[in-house]
Amino acid sequence: MSTAATAETQPREEPTNQTRFVDLALRARTFGIVGVLGLVVLVTTSIQSRFLSSNDVQFILSGAAIYAVMAVGEAMVIVTRNVDLSVGSVAGLSAFVCAGLFHELPGIPTVAVFAIGALLGGGCGLITGLLSAICRIPSLVVTLAMLWIVRSVDVLLVGGAQVTAGQVPRSFLLIFYDTIPGIGVPDIAVGAAVLAVAVYFYMSSFRSGRDLYAIGSDPDAARLAGIPIAKRITTAFVMSGALAGIAGVLYASQIGTIDSTAATGYELQVIASVVIGGVAIFGGSGNVIGAALGALLLGTITSALYTLGVNQNWDEAFQGLLIILAITLDRGIQAQLASALRRRRVRLGA
Amino acid sequence: MTASSGAGSSAPVALSLQHASKSFGAVKALQDVTLDLYAGEAHALVGENGAGKSTLVKILAGVYQPDTGRLLASDSDELVLAGPAAAIAAGIAIIYQEPTLFPDLSVAENVFVGRQPLRRARLINRRAMNARVNEIFERLGVTIDPDRVARGLSIAEQQLVEIAKALSIDAKVIVMDEPTAALSAAEVDRLANVITALRDHGAAVLFISHRLEEVFRLCQRVTVLRDGRWVLSQGTDSLTVDDLVRAMVGRDLAERTYEPHTRGEPLLRVERLTREGVFTDVSFDISAGEVLALAGMVGSGRSEVARAIFGIDRYDAGTVVLDGKALRRASPSAAMAAGIGFVPEDRRQQGLVMGMGIGRNIALASLRRLRHLGLLLPGVEQRFAADWAARLQLKYRRLSDPATSLSGGNQQKVVLAKWLSRQPELLIVDEPTRGIDVGTKAEVHRLLVSLAREGIAVLAISSELPEVLAIADRVAVMREGRLVGVLDRDEATEEQIVAMATGQAAPAGLLKATAL
Repeated sequence: MSTAATAETQPREEPTNQTRFVDLALRARTFGIVGVLGLVVLVTTSIQSRFLSSNDVQFILSGAAIYAVMAVGEAMVIVTRNVDLSVGSVAGLSAFVCAGLFHELPGIPTVAVFAIGALLGGGCGLITGLLSAICRIPSLVVTLAMLWIVRSVDVLLVGGAQVTAGQVPRSFLLIFYDTIPGIGVPDIAVGAAVLAVAVYFYMSSFRSGRDLYAIGSDPDAARLAGIPIAKRITTAFVMSGALAGIAGVLYASQIGTIDSTAATGYELQVIASVVIGGVAIFGGSGNVIGAALGALLLGTITSALYTLGVNQNWDEAFQGLLIILAITLDRGIQAQLASALRRRRVRLGA
Repeated sequence: MTASSGAGSSAPVALSLQHASKSFGAVKALQDVTLDLYAGEAHALVGENGAGKSTLVKILAGVYQPDTGRLLASDSDELVLAGPAAAIAAGIAIIYQEPTLFPDLSVAENVFVGRQPLRRARLINRRAMNARVNEIFERLGVTIDPDRVARGLSIAEQQLVEIAKALSIDAKVIVMDEPTAALSAAEVDRLANVITALRDHGAAVLFISHRLEEVFRLCQRVTVLRDGRWVLSQGTDSLTVDDLVRAMVGRDLAERTYEPHTRGEPLLRVERLTREGVFTDVSFDISAGEVLALAGMVGSGRSEVARAIFGIDRYDAGTVVLDGKALRRASPSAAMAAGIGFVPEDRRQQGLVMGMGIGRNIALASLRRLRHLGLLLPGVEQRFAADWAARLQLKYRRLSDPATSLSGGNQQKVVLAKWLSRQPELLIVDEPTRGIDVGTKAEVHRLLVSLAREGIAVLAISSELPEVLAIADRVAVMREGRLVGVLDRDEATEEQIVAMATGQAAPAGLLKATAL
């Protein structure tokens, strides 16, 4: 468009139009997940009415919360055009070490166990972040290496042993099942939701949070704008690691009996959640609330298929289908957005 | 060799680069260059591509640190710029030639990235941010919604956002690396006002442009670089365009003498081509041996028409007929098979695979013809590329060097070679000399005309009127998505084209009927 021509002949464009449209498109994306979620629940309940019994709902929410916590961290990394494949291994290591603490140090407060889990995971994230951001090794490679290294450390530590449910306090095992009195929503689901909202707020309202989007949107431009790229990316990996560590502790509470295969393969479901949640796989856009909702959607589908008696092997096929659907949808929105912007420009220019 | 000798200014020095040198491996990009920027003065930096301008800009930006030499601030303190953030903090704003925006962030955030206005608890104050951006846009006379995402902005709009970014820093030194390359005439006028206002506020402006008429119009002083060395620094009032060109290229440029030609049967016929909301009812033809220039303001739909002809974009109505046969719409491969070559405006993103070798880039569009039994033998590719590189007088070290190692002008030659090697019947070139220095520019012009005389039809899109007048046999002018007229060479003047492109009163008698 010729800005010059418009400036002279046109009144100032009303600044809200564009915003409204983009906002709408992005909000529609988040609503889309909620819509699909509603559809899954509706269809499943209409076939099998016991799907919505309160125990099932609680179980779905608690299970999804573990993934959601990891997805929030993973989304922070993916927004910067990086990826963290090590979250499953980190969660597994944290699960074993932290559950073992109850055995090693009887009477240790649960809060301290969570803190140690977060520190342990954050430490792993720090190593990943430094290797990736300062030594400039692509994060795909670094975190793939970390996936195996951390798992090996886990195996060596465990050495064939395991922590059994009998070795941890009963109160710890109940964390996964505890609900807010009165409304019956699991504590950890509320915790995950609060976490997602807090991180969303950080990423949208603080300079350092916006920097993450800028880095993912165009790394070269970010460098020229003077953004401390290495620091920000390292921070994202530390967050991802720390949240994976906390998720590991929650996993220990859920399962009780921990061996060296704990949380194996979680990284793929976490990344799937993030992508289904609308975070662009090449960074720059999307938000952590979407990622957390993505985790909830995947958890709900798994549960629904189980309730309906569908062969569990279909579960993963559904995940794959959802990923393709989500990305197709994002492409569609992008194309719509682009053509809307183009039409607007010509209308203004004409 | 001191830059300020004989050209002293009474104004205080805002920034002084002294005896700076910078090498990359064996390449000496900058050798002993001294440059004084005075407060309240616009200073032009000119030189051919590869003269070291970009290196100098990157030193001022804090991206490169000079090997020797130093940078002095206005108080004569040495300034060490460890990185881009340090340059910004020192009040040096850079407007890069290639816009460096974040496509996913809002326009306002692009302006203030890393420096967003804050409210309590270090939260970003979006309202204040948008208000300040609106304020700056008003000064620039721009109507871009600060809340929209940067993705999808035209290059001119992106450039304006970059300018807004520099203004928002309240910089003492503003470096503009070819800010006008993508701007229309009216936008350049407005930029001129902005530069004047900046100078009145005491800022020093370093202005880099290949358009010498702008240098004389906007700048009080000019420094010429050649091959990484300082050539002269002088007031523009004591120089002529010819002096500058001589200083830049070290020789006189020969003017092209126009060779008339007889127009044959139309090779390409475009009839009532329409893409809803983009362009409407565009009809024209080109015959073999002819250069048709498509002129008009940025955004008038010129590039879009060209893209539709080549099949990159679809169109809703109309036909494109080449050699008597209708072209399938929205199919670049059909257009290529029919003998059309397309050299896009944005060579970095659309014309070249930047990280790939020069030779491979040249051979890229001819792979099908070069393979034997389905295999591509490296020797064949290299010989083929070397042959074309020689024909276009490409300056390169090794064919296996990446395209990024070439200057802008030579990159453009690689794109031209890539398409010419397919021996097209019709060549479409979009802004063929954007960001190319005067010497190479004249060479590209000569090349395009001589290609036409060898029998190729050339459709050239250009925002630079001198370029249009230098190469075109006929000029088709577009305004707001419509073709408003086709001028023959002898009736085309800058005034006439501008009048038609802007819709301002044009002498009616000169307008040719558009019905083709």
